[in-house]
Amino acid sequence: MRSEAVAEEVVQDTWLAVVRGLGTFEGRSSLRTWIFSILVNRARTRAVREARSVPFSTLAAESEGPTVDPARFGADDMWAAPPRRLATDPEQRLLAQELRGELLAAVGALPDSQRAVIALRDLAGLPSEEVCELLDLTPGNQRVLLHRARARVRTALEVTA
Amino acid sequence: MRLSLRLRRRRENPLACREFVELVTDYLDDALPPEQRARFEAHMAGCDGCTGYLEDIRMVAATLPETDLPAADPATHATLLKAFRELRDEP
Repeated sequence: MRSEAVAEEVVQDTWLAVVRGLGTFEGRSSLRTWIFSILVNRARTRAVREARSVPFSTLAAESEGPTVDPARFGADDMWAAPPRRLATDPEQRLLAQELRGELLAAVGALPDSQRAVIALRDLAGLPSEEVCELLDLTPGNQRVLLHRARARVRTALEVTA
Repeated sequence: MRLSLRLRRRRENPLACREFVELVTDYLDDALPPEQRARFEAHMAGCDGCTGYLEDIRMVAATLPETDLPAADPATHATLLKAFRELRDEP
């Protein structure tokens, strides 16, 4: 969901469905997964209704090419110059909130399928099996999308560092 | 001497940095086959650039978890409370 208002509505709809459907929850998955599956279904329905492209149709296009600029490597495929480290020193990270804000902004700028996977894996902390089930991805595709997302977020911070 | 070194390198099939950076999430998810994992770790042991890259990706993943979730906006809060009450009041 690109619009915050629409996202709020989807979340609200989801909670209403959870409240009303709790009696039908059979415990075949964890409650958390069940709630997320309602959320994902509603978000997809909403995306289709708004005539936006369905996120995962772009999967292939978002999964090709190297995640690190080839110019960073020499002819031997080793680093031409070591990559600049993100600020990991605690003293450099006095503004941890600021760092997190930049990370989240970078996540917000990702293509849909990468954003969906990194949000569920790294923000919500769901295990990979659950993310595969929710988004109907193979484990391999799920990891490709997650890695592309993390690499892009890292690059965004390297540039602003 | 040179030749034997090259032969040994080929047998061990060392990873290049360019390959390493694409395997980081598979490594962190423990999804690399044992042989690939050994090559990954052998490369890491001798390469500061790749070790740093791995740490950066680890940091990105570790900094993102949602700890302080924002509260629902007042309208959503009111709607949900109403839904909970209706559910409770159902016979």
